[in-house]
Formats: sequence, structure tokens, C-alpha cells
Amino acid sequence: MTTKEALINYCLRIGDTSLILGQRMSEWCSNGPILEEDIAMTNIALDHIGQARTMLTYAGELEGKGRTEDDFAYKRHEREYYNSLLSERPNGHFGDTVARNFLQSAYFYHLYSALSSSKDNMIAAHAAKSLKEVTYHLRHSAEWVVRLGDGTEESKEKIQTSFDEIWEYTGDLFEMNEVDDVLIKEGIAINQTEIKAKWDKTVDEVLVRAKLQRPKDAYMHSGRLNAIHSEYLGHLLAEMQFLPRAYPDAKW
Amino acid sequence: MNYTKEQIWQFLAEIPDPEIPVITIEELGVLRDVEILPDKVIVTITPTYTGCPAMKLFEDDIIKTLHSNGIENVEIKMVYSPAWTTDWMSDKAKEKLEKYGIAPPVSGSQDKGFLFESGPKTVRCPQCKSTNTTLKSQFGSTACKALYSCNNCLEPFDYFKCI
Ligand SMILES: [Zn+2]
Repeated sequence: MTTKEALINYCLRIGDTSLILGQRMSEWCSNGPILEEDIAMTNIALDHIGQARTMLTYAGELEGKGRTEDDFAYKRHEREYYNSLLSERPNGHFGDTVARNFLQSAYFYHLYSALSSSKDNMIAAHAAKSLKEVTYHLRHSAEWVVRLGDGTEESKEKIQTSFDEIWEYTGDLFEMNEVDDVLIKEGIAINQTEIKAKWDKTVDEVLVRAKLQRPKDAYMHSGRLNAIHSEYLGHLLAEMQFLPRAYPDAKW
Repeated sequence: MNYTKEQIWQFLAEIPDPEIPVITIEELGVLRDVEILPDKVIVTITPTYTGCPAMKLFEDDIIKTLHSNGIENVEIKMVYSPAWTTDWMSDKAKEKLEKYGIAPPVSGSQDKGFLFESGPKTVRCPQCKSTNTTLKSQFGSTACKALYSCNNCLEPFDYFKCI
């Protein structure tokens, strides 16, 4: 595997996770529990879609076959997507969304902190830029984890269940393969075990503050690295890709 | 090319932000560089937020402005580094923001400390200038703004948050 091939795949991992989470967050548009949260979640959706655009465009430039960000977003099947299993989990109730976003945002926060000093200029610039945005996402979701966890009996029970149920999708975030080996050697990527240690610390800090139990590590799903997904991604893509597939090359 | 770099910069410096028309793209810090080549002009800009929907309008307005000055061949270059920061906003721009009803970003740099630090200590109400205000949501009408309300005059207002 060449450095370029590895880097293209790495961009898709980051870009696809941003895109899918952005799509999930946009599903909250007009469905938020209160107006302020509706606005917050759609703002977060917009940030993620913006981050996805940068990474998918860069993947296309590296590949050199003329594929655009739209080609990547709308013309790939689920088995060509490298997003995290966590990002494609359905929104569920507000607490489910909060738990998922918190775990994913904490990951992005530490990933982008590390990648800000990547030897690849574009990755470094993207990471430094996105770090500012995901800092707000992390803070937003962490505050809700605490508010719900340290809230009423019902809210506490609900969000604890959200964490318990989604926990088995977190192991997938930290898996590595040859792509990582190649890029770590070049100083482009970061070893995921380093991210895991920082992620653990942030997650623990917030769960303690929220008076919630950290779920026990048991069986963990895996799939991201091989583009293997849960049934939910296909449904998400069917909705997201409907228009460009039904009306190819339609213009606004 | 009949224009100098400074002249072209001046044309572009007058383009208003499409969402906050009282400040220009220069004052906002989005306009980064102008380069004159024999066959075209390259304008370098940087996005405020990666998903900012106004970026497309910035590009269209730059091209339109240069076309109306007889410069036909324009290329827009987007750079991400150094990442845009509210620190680049001039004091004059901040004053204009406040007059327009948007509380300007308070002091330098990001609101660091990544967990549980909800914005700067005091944000002044742009209406009555009271500092007795409350953060309602980190996300306001656009990605770059937070929603506050004033405990003195009871008006809600946008705060241009630090990034
Ligand atoms: Zn007031």
C-alpha cells in the first residue's frame, strides 16, 4: 500500500464519519425538543457537513480521477463508506443522540488535537480548523450528559440506558490496520491507542460529573475499517442519495 | 492588467458580509490575499466555519465585483491555514457589530478549557449595555453566534462567539 492510497482511505474515514453524523443531526431539523436545541443540532449538522466536504474534496484531489465531493457523497454504496459504526446509530430519543454525539465528539476532539501537527499540510490545516468547531460540539453534548444524568430519576435512567446500549459500538473507533501503519510511519496519522487513552479520560470525567456508570467493556462490534456496516447505514444513504440518484446531475 | 494589487484589494474590501451587512469581508478577516498573474487574478479567502453557507455568496460577490470592474478571469482559492479566528476582527468592526445589535466577540482567542466553560464571563447587551446577561444556547441563528438574553432589558440577542 502506498502512502497516497493510505491517505485517501484515511480522508474517507474522517470525511464519511463527519458526513453521516451530519446527516443524522440534520434529521433533527424541526424535531428538536425545544427551539434552542433544534437550532443547536442543525448548526452542528452544518459543521459536520462542512468538515466532510473538505475531506472528501481532498480525497478526490489525491485520487486524481476527477471525483468531486458530491461523487463521493452521492455515488458510493454502503460497502464503500468508511464512517464509524457509532456515527450511523439512529437518533433515538434526545438522550440517545446526546450519548452518541458525546462519545463521537470526544473522539473527534482528541483526534483533531493530535492531527493538528500532522506532517500532511492539508490534514493538519483541516484538523486545526475543525478542532475549534468540535470543541463546541463536545461542550454542548457533555453539558447535556450532565444535565440528564444528574437530572430527574427518569432522565438519569434513560441516558444511562442510552450509554449502556451504544457502548458496544465504541470499540470500532479505535481499531487500526495497514492504513494506520503506513501513515503513522510517515508522521501523518496518529496511533489510535493514544487517542483512546485521552478519550477514556474525557469520558470518565464527564460520566462521573453526571453521576452515571461507565458501561463495562464487553463485546465490541467492528466494521469501519472494512466498510462493513449495520443495517442503518443503507436506510440513511437511501434517503440522502435519493435525489441525485433519481435525477442524476440535477442542478439547483 | 490595468490595476495594482492595492486597487483590487480596495474593490474587494468594500464587499459586505451577506449575513451581517454592516461589516465587510476584509474586516471579518475572510479576505486573505490578492495575486495578479498575466492571465488572471487569484483571490485567496478562508472560511469562518467549514460549513458556513455564506462562503458561496462570498465567492459569487467577489467574482461579480471584479467583473464589474472589467476583470474577467478570476480564480478563488480557499485556504484553511492559518485557521480563521475572531481575533482578526478589528475594533472598528466590533463597534459596528454592537451598533447593529450583535454582541461582538469578547477579548482574544477561543474560550479554551474544552469542557464546561460556557463562553466568556461577561457579554454586554448590545441594546442597553448591561453586563447582566445569560447564555441561553451556544448555538444561535448561525454557527458563528451564540444566543444570549439580557436580564436588565429582557431582550434576547446574538453574541458573535470566539473561535
Ligand atoms: Zn439589555
